[in-house]
Amino acid sequence: MPMIEMKDVSKWYGTFQVLTDCSTNVEKGEVIVVCGPSGSGKSTLIKAVNALEPIQKGDIFVDSIRVNDPKTNLPKLRARVGMVFQHFELFPHLTVRQNLSLAQVKVLGRSQSEADKRGLKYLDRVGLAAHKDKYPGQLSGGQQQRVAIARALSMDPICMLFDEPTSALDPEMINEVLDVMVQLAKDGMTMIVVTHEMGFASKVAHRVIFMDSGKIVEDAPKADFFGKPRSERAQQFLAKILHH
Amino acid sequence: MLGHFDYHEIWVNLPYLMKVGMTFTLTLTALVVVAGIFFGTLLAMMRLSSIKLLSLVATGYINLMRSVPLVLVIFWFYFLVPYIGAWITGASQPVKVGAFLSSVITFTMFEAAYYAEIMRAGIQSIPRGQVWAGYALGLNYWQTMGKIVLPQAFRNMVPILLTQTIVMFQDTSLVYVLSITDFLGAASKVAERDGRLVEMYLFVAVVYFIMCLAGTYIVRRLQHRFAIAR
Repeated sequence: MPMIEMKDVSKWYGTFQVLTDCSTNVEKGEVIVVCGPSGSGKSTLIKAVNALEPIQKGDIFVDSIRVNDPKTNLPKLRARVGMVFQHFELFPHLTVRQNLSLAQVKVLGRSQSEADKRGLKYLDRVGLAAHKDKYPGQLSGGQQQRVAIARALSMDPICMLFDEPTSALDPEMINEVLDVMVQLAKDGMTMIVVTHEMGFASKVAHRVIFMDSGKIVEDAPKADFFGKPRSERAQQFLAKILHH
Repeated sequence: MLGHFDYHEIWVNLPYLMKVGMTFTLTLTALVVVAGIFFGTLLAMMRLSSIKLLSLVATGYINLMRSVPLVLVIFWFYFLVPYIGAWITGASQPVKVGAFLSSVITFTMFEAAYYAEIMRAGIQSIPRGQVWAGYALGLNYWQTMGKIVLPQAFRNMVPILLTQTIVMFQDTSLVYVLSITDFLGAASKVAERDGRLVEMYLFVAVVYFIMCLAGTYIVRRLQHRFAIAR
């Protein structure tokens, strides 16, 4: 069974169709990079995986649980799917330590001390253990994003979703975040990453999905995608972003 | 003009004005702040709810309260609450509700509508991504609201909530229409008993002025302390 399975997923905002019949599978341990021009539905698709964006047609399964089933316990499912956002979305009124432990205590029912211990472990892994008592506002963008990754990891997720994790960062901070993600990929985490960082894609991705106007135009192994994309639209896109 | 001004009259009656009058005014204000913000927050959450009926009820209530003069609401509730109470409990006689309890209920219901709009603005000022982040971690609606959205909304809105409270503190003087001995009511009684209207009403005005000015000043000082660094 694939870890994540999407079947003919479609979504509309009013009469405007943002996703059209998107289908793909993500196996356990696979790293998928999703790219495409802005407004192509990448973010919407990745948010549909943990039902932050409801879908109107099709099915999405995560670990064989149907996400779009009204009877599905969404909080329980979401707790097992880590998510990292473009704008970090750390909770600014809580310290780093509290950011890491809140959901562990409230959702997983861990004790405060155990949650702190686990949180610190992952904070150390992203190299920020010294900042545990600071507020997010006191950290740089790159540091905030690494804390956000640690926060997601401390829930022991079965897979991770990254929604443009580096596009709000200053160029000099992009690599510190990508390094953490590369390490995570090498450790065998199942990941879907929406990003334009083609260096990251060529380094760790297994497959690349290219989207345009709400459709999955290309879904190919990394080598094929960078070698010779079949669709003309993907060729144009690659030519544009790889030009410099 | 102030040649006949009798400072002694104020001095003699000061204990009564403060102990009876100001105590009532401050107690009423304190109770209404707490209850008003509590119910106001609930109303704001209802108004922003995706459940149409809840949103409709809250919107209707808030608009009604904000469109009627406060004095009218005070009258209504003072005379209606006993009958509503009787209707709810099924008693044959109107339920006796003291003037104090009646005024607490009235002001809470009225002020909740104003606090609701402030809290609504506060909730809407929190980026959508914060809610997403809460949900993505597995928190449910109430946990996301209680731990993430409301604490930030509340802190963002503290200055406006306090300003509204200062306005409400002044508005509590309207309970004098129910012959309640609040600060103004107490002064009014002394004034009429002793025929010292100028002294009493001037004194009341000065006290309200000083307290509200001090309140405004404190709000301005607090503004920076409550701001959340982003």
